[in-house]
Amino acid sequence: MSAVVDEHDHHADDHHDHGPAKGLLRWVITTNHKDIGTLYLLFALAMFFVGGAMAMVIRAELFEPGLQFVDPAFFNSMTTMHALVMVFGAVMPAFVGLANWQIPLMIGAADMALPRMNNMSFWMLVAGVLLLASTLFMEGGAPNGGWTLYPPLVLQPITVGKALPFAIFSVHLLGISSIMGAINIIATIFNMRAPSMKMMDMPLFVWTWLITAFLLIAVMPVFAGAVTMLLTDKFFHTSFFNAAGGGDPVLYEHIFWFFGHPEVYIMILPTFGVASTIIPVFARKPLFGYASMVWATGSIAFLSFIVWAHHMFTVGLPLAGELYFMYATMIIAVPTGVKVFNWTATMWKGAMTFETPMLFSIAFVVLFTMGGFTGLMMSIAPADFQYHDTYFIVAHFHYTLVPASVFILMAAGYFWLPKWTGHMYNEKIGQLHFWISVVSVNVLFFPQHFLGLAGMPRRIPDYAVQFADWNMISSVGGFIFGASQLLFLYIVIDTIRGGTGEKVSDEVWEDAAKHSLEWTLPSPLPYHTWTTPPSVVPTEHVLDSH
Amino acid sequence: MSTNTAYYIPHKANWPVIGTAGLVTMLAGFANYLNGSSIGPALMVIGLLIFITMLIGWFTLQATESETGMYNHEVGISYRHGMMWFIFSEIVFFAVFFGTLWYTRNLSVHWLSEGATKELLWPSFEAAWPTNGPGKVGGNFEPMGAWGLPFLNTLILLTSGVTCTWAHHGLLAKNRDQLIKGLIATVALGFLFVAFQAFEYHEAYTEMGLTLGSGVYGSTFFMLTGFHGFHVCVGAIILSVVLFRSVKGHFKPENHFAFEAAAWYWHFVDVVWLGLFIFVYLL
Repeated sequence: MSAVVDEHDHHADDHHDHGPAKGLLRWVITTNHKDIGTLYLLFALAMFFVGGAMAMVIRAELFEPGLQFVDPAFFNSMTTMHALVMVFGAVMPAFVGLANWQIPLMIGAADMALPRMNNMSFWMLVAGVLLLASTLFMEGGAPNGGWTLYPPLVLQPITVGKALPFAIFSVHLLGISSIMGAINIIATIFNMRAPSMKMMDMPLFVWTWLITAFLLIAVMPVFAGAVTMLLTDKFFHTSFFNAAGGGDPVLYEHIFWFFGHPEVYIMILPTFGVASTIIPVFARKPLFGYASMVWATGSIAFLSFIVWAHHMFTVGLPLAGELYFMYATMIIAVPTGVKVFNWTATMWKGAMTFETPMLFSIAFVVLFTMGGFTGLMMSIAPADFQYHDTYFIVAHFHYTLVPASVFILMAAGYFWLPKWTGHMYNEKIGQLHFWISVVSVNVLFFPQHFLGLAGMPRRIPDYAVQFADWNMISSVGGFIFGASQLLFLYIVIDTIRGGTGEKVSDEVWEDAAKHSLEWTLPSPLPYHTWTTPPSVVPTEHVLDSH
Repeated sequence: MSTNTAYYIPHKANWPVIGTAGLVTMLAGFANYLNGSSIGPALMVIGLLIFITMLIGWFTLQATESETGMYNHEVGISYRHGMMWFIFSEIVFFAVFFGTLWYTRNLSVHWLSEGATKELLWPSFEAAWPTNGPGKVGGNFEPMGAWGLPFLNTLILLTSGVTCTWAHHGLLAKNRDQLIKGLIATVALGFLFVAFQAFEYHEAYTEMGLTLGSGVYGSTFFMLTGFHGFHVCVGAIILSVVLFRSVKGHFKPENHFAFEAAAWYWHFVDVVWLGLFIFVYLL
C-alpha cells in the first residue's frame, strides 16, 4: 500500500514542495507525524520543568522542620499539581510524542492512520493542561486535596476554592486527548504496517504501545466518569459519594483506582518498550526472549485491571478482598520478572558499549527493579497498614517513575535525537548528565524509604524533628537532580542546533539497522518517509522467537 | 469504489485547533457558571457556536473528500477502527455508571444498615432499593415504573434499530427511496424517544418528587438515563447528517463509511437502553 501526501491546497497554484509549510502556523495545523511528535515532546519537556519547579518548592519546604517558605494550603496545591502535571503533562505526552515519531518509522508507514485527529489530540492536551494550570491563579488556589481527588475531602470548600470544576474539565479534555491518541495508534499499527511485517515482527516499542493504547481506551473514560460524579455531587445535589443519601465515598476510590492502576502501567509499558529497543543495540545481540516480552506485556496489562484495591488496603475492605488483592498483586512480579531477566540475558556476553542511552537504560533496569521490590513489599496487605500514606509509598512510586520512566525518556532522547536531527549530541556532557542524575536521584529518593518506615506521612509541609536529617539529605539530592536536568535541556537545544558538528551516519549506532527500520532511512530524516513501504523488514530483534 | 489507490494523507488541518478552542471555551464557561461568575453563560454560547462551526466545516470537508474518491479502501479501514474504538470507549463510560448502580444497590446500601454504621449513626435505616439513603436526601419520592413510558420507549428504540437496518438494505440494493425513508423513520423515532423521555423527566420532577437530588436512587437514575438520552440526541443528529447526505445523493453500496458509523453508534445506543431498561427500570 503506497501513500499520497496531499501537498497542494486545492487552489490554482500547484506548487510541489515536499517540505513543511512556512511560518509558525505550520505547527498549529500540521498533520505530519514528525511535527506532532516534536510538539508533544517539546510540550512534555516544558511541563517536566514546570512540574519539576513544583517539586523544588516541596523539597525546599521540607528541607527542615517547621514552616518556612509557603503556607500549608499552597504546599498541598504543589503536591497535587506536581503529580497531575508530571503524569498528564510530562510523562504521558512524552511517550505519545515518541509513539508519533517512531511507530510510523518502525512499521514502514507514511504517517499515522488518522492525521487530522492526531493534530486534535495534541491541541486537546494543551487545552486540558492550560485549564488545569489556570487554577494556580484563582481565588483559593489550585486543587490541594491530592491528585487522586478523593471525596469528601476534595468537595470541601477549603480544599477546592473555585478550582474544582476547572480541574474536572481539564481531566475530561486530557481524557479525550489520550483516547484520540490511542485510537490513532491502534489504527496505525493494525492498518498501516508494511505488508511484509507480521505482528510478531514488530519492534517491542510498537507492541508495548499497542497494548498501552488499549489500556488508555479502557480506563480514561473511567476516570472521566468518576470526576463527572464528583462534579454532580458538588454542584447538582447527587449523592454518589455521600453516605447520607445512600452513596459511598469508598466507591470513588474503587473507580479511581480501576483507572489509576492501569494508568501507572500506561506510563511504564512504553518505558519497557524503549528499554527493549535500546539494550539490544548496545549489547550488539538480539533481544533475548522476544515472544516472552510480548506475552509478559500483555499479562501485565491484563493483571493491571484486577489489582486496583491494593491502593486501598486500609480503607476497610472485607478480609477476602484484602487477600485476593494481595495475591493478585504479587502475581504481577512474575511477568515483570520475566522482563528484567530478559534484559539482563540480552546483555549477558554482549559486546557492550556504554554510550549515554545505554547508561540510562542500565540504570533503569537496576533502579526500576528496586521500585518493583518495594512494590512487592507493599502488596503484602498486613505490612501495607504500616507503609500506607507514608513516605515509603512516595519513595516506591518515584523509583518506578523517575529513574524508570523519566530515565528511559532521557535515554530515548539521546538514542533517537541524532536520527531525527542528523546531529550528534555531546557524549561528554551526556555522560555527565547521566552520572549526576543517577547519583542524585538516589540521594533524593532512597532516604524517603527510611522516612516512610519510621512513620513520616506523605503530603505534609511540616514534620517531627526526628525526620529532619533524612529530609535534608533528600532535599539536597532533589536540588542537585533538578539542576542537573538543565544539562539535558542544554543538550537537546545544542543537538537540534548542530551538536558536535559531526555528520551522523544513517545507522547512527553500529548495526542499528539490523534491529529496526528507522535506521535504514537517511539522517536527518526527510519530512516524509515510507511513502512507499519497505519490502524487507529487519528481524534481528525477533531472532530467537523464529 | 474510490478512484485512488494510494492512502490519502492530508498535509494540513485547520478544524482540529478550532474545535479544541470551541470545546475549551465552552468548558471554561461552564466552570465559570458553576462558580457563579456572570461571564460563564456567554462563554458557553460562544464556545458552542465555534464547536458547531467546526462540526459543519469538518464534516463537509470529509464528505467532499469521500465523494470525490480521495479515500481508498485502507483509509476506510482506518476510519472503521476509529469508530469502533470510539464506541468501545463510550461503552466503558457507561460501564462506570452501571457499575456504580450495581455497587450501590448490592453492597454499600447494605453496609449502611449493618454493623457500626447501624449502631452508631443510623439505627433506624433498613437497606432497600430504591432508596435515598439514611438521611432521606431530597425528601419523599416515588420510583419510576417500567411498564409505562419506559416500555413504550423500549419499543420505539428497537423499532428504530429495525428501520435503520432497513435503510442500510436500501443503500446496498441501490434503492435510494428506501434508504431515505428508512433514515427519516429512524431519526423521527429517535427524537420521539427523546420527547417521551423529556415528558417522563417532567413527570418525575413535578408529580413524583423524583429529582437528581433524590439520594442515590435519583442520582443513578438520572445520571444513567440522562447520559443515555444525550447519546440518543447525538446519534439522531449524526443520522440527520447522514439523511441530509443521502438526499444529496451521497453514498454508494461499496463506499458509505459515514452511514455505517452512524448505524453502529445507533445500535450501541440501543443496546445501552436495553441495559437501562432491565437494570434501572425493571429490576
